[in-house]
Amino acid sequence: MSLGKTEVEYISRLTQIDVQENQIESVAKKLSNILELFAQMEAVDTEEVAPMAHPLDAVQRLRPDAVTEVDQHERLQAIAPAVAEAYYLVPQVIE
Amino acid sequence: MHNLTIKQMSEKLQSGDITSVQLTQYYLDRISQYDPELNAYVTVTPELAIQMAEEADRRIATGKAELLTGIPVAHKDIFCTDGIKTSCSSKMLDNFIAPYDAHVVTQLKKIGMPILGKTNMDEFAMGSSSESSYYGPTKNPWDHKAVPGGSSGGAAAVIAAGLAPMATGTDTGGSIRQPASFCGITGIKPTYGVVSRFGIVAYASSFDQAGPMTRSAEDSAWMLNAMAGFDERDSTSLEREKTDYTAELERSLEGLKIGVPAEYFGEGLDASVEDVVKKAIAQMKDLGAEVVEVHLPNKDLAVPSYYVLAPAEASSNLSRFDGVRFGYRCEQAEDLNDLYRRSRSEGFGEEVKRRIMVGAYALSAGYYDAYYLKAQKLRRMVRDDFVHAFKQCDVIMGPVAPTSAFNIGEKADDQVSMYLSDLYTIPVNLAGLPALSVPAGFAQERPVGLHIVGPYFSEAKLLNIGHQFQQVTNWHKQMPKQYQ
Repeated sequence: MSLGKTEVEYISRLTQIDVQENQIESVAKKLSNILELFAQMEAVDTEEVAPMAHPLDAVQRLRPDAVTEVDQHERLQAIAPAVAEAYYLVPQVIE
Repeated sequence: MHNLTIKQMSEKLQSGDITSVQLTQYYLDRISQYDPELNAYVTVTPELAIQMAEEADRRIATGKAELLTGIPVAHKDIFCTDGIKTSCSSKMLDNFIAPYDAHVVTQLKKIGMPILGKTNMDEFAMGSSSESSYYGPTKNPWDHKAVPGGSSGGAAAVIAAGLAPMATGTDTGGSIRQPASFCGITGIKPTYGVVSRFGIVAYASSFDQAGPMTRSAEDSAWMLNAMAGFDERDSTSLEREKTDYTAELERSLEGLKIGVPAEYFGEGLDASVEDVVKKAIAQMKDLGAEVVEVHLPNKDLAVPSYYVLAPAEASSNLSRFDGVRFGYRCEQAEDLNDLYRRSRSEGFGEEVKRRIMVGAYALSAGYYDAYYLKAQKLRRMVRDDFVHAFKQCDVIMGPVAPTSAFNIGEKADDQVSMYLSDLYTIPVNLAGLPALSVPAGFAQERPVGLHIVGPYFSEAKLLNIGHQFQQVTNWHKQMPKQYQ
């Protein structure tokens, strides 16, 4: 399957990753090459096969609903680009 | 010094022949001498290393040391290390000082293993050559024109060049075994769930697994003892009884049944690599093993299945990088959307962007069944092939990669060709099985590894086979001339 400009713009929107106008063609080509690799999967009959999510078919382990982490927001926010009064700062969203 | 086994090093430490400070300084000196050319380390931590070595020496003096106490280690730059830059070789995390340790790092710290530094890798572990690092490619110590493999290429290079006695690696689609093969060292990917993923920057969570990278199988066994174990902070960590991976090292290979898949010796396999692998299997027969033919008929489905599933998981895992809480943030964002978009677009490298885009597309409305669900079904078929094969044999042997190390730049523009070079390692990750790469010879004067795959939880058996092979061969003892 070959991707065009519309699909690349759609994927760019989904992933929040910019694709410059002059790169659309080369990105489309490289992504299409990868999708071509996926095309091999189509011919395989998987009607009777259950999808596999975990190698050992393990299920999610549950734990008691108890507090296990202590508050360390100062430490964790020390590495944030912009913080004020324990809030993460981002550009203004609402006027 | 760098030619000693870990056990020999440990004996010297315990007997007072050398101190951990001396041993650690020895490696730091070699790093200063050789790494500027090799580019295998992203960060070197000399002060921390010496401080940890002093602590280790005090512990050895009190007689409370373990076998690995005082032996320095290099961590792949994907493991979070408290207070030390953890970049994942990405511009996105170039400013990221981890606020906590990965479980594996904690375990090795508890034993008292000084940290030499953090090793270079493919950005976010997405690659097979370590060329996609933001800090530039690592060179293969055997030939500086060649790649060291990837993604744990820095780790493999530091072991091969004697710039660390032990290194941690991670393996999502072959990232421990392929660089081990390319650099002539020993590396094992354990069964999925044996080593905690806590604090490892996530790429594809249903595949990611950490393991040791060392000179010999015996060294790897000691290191896996330290790395493995249940950790409640990783939801897929397995609760099992503690295993001693060194316990079976000396066992004879008499009666071992080796399965050799016919499909692994077909088209695409370099003739001289094939030769090396077949000779190694023949040597196993001399050690008392028996060889039977087995079949893995769906092996060609593994690469497409993996390159749907791993990017799909990556697209979700890497959505956390948004310029808000940590990592790279673009300058002068106009609005919130601009902040997200430009931080991600400027912070991620090309291959990472590509995989996020492929993954998001495979998960998007209208394509989920055709790509993601289909790939999950093929994953089961690939796994069932192994389950079936292991009814006829104890382990499977074959090549790790179709060629020896390729040249830097050779595959940089052809992603699909790069992806296909992982065709022998990827099926193992899909199935979640353990697998070992041990040095077995040379092709085009570059190292070649033998791939030994076992049933779930057979790590001790794999290391036993590797160790027995290394008792009658000296491939693992060889070093590139300029680093001897």
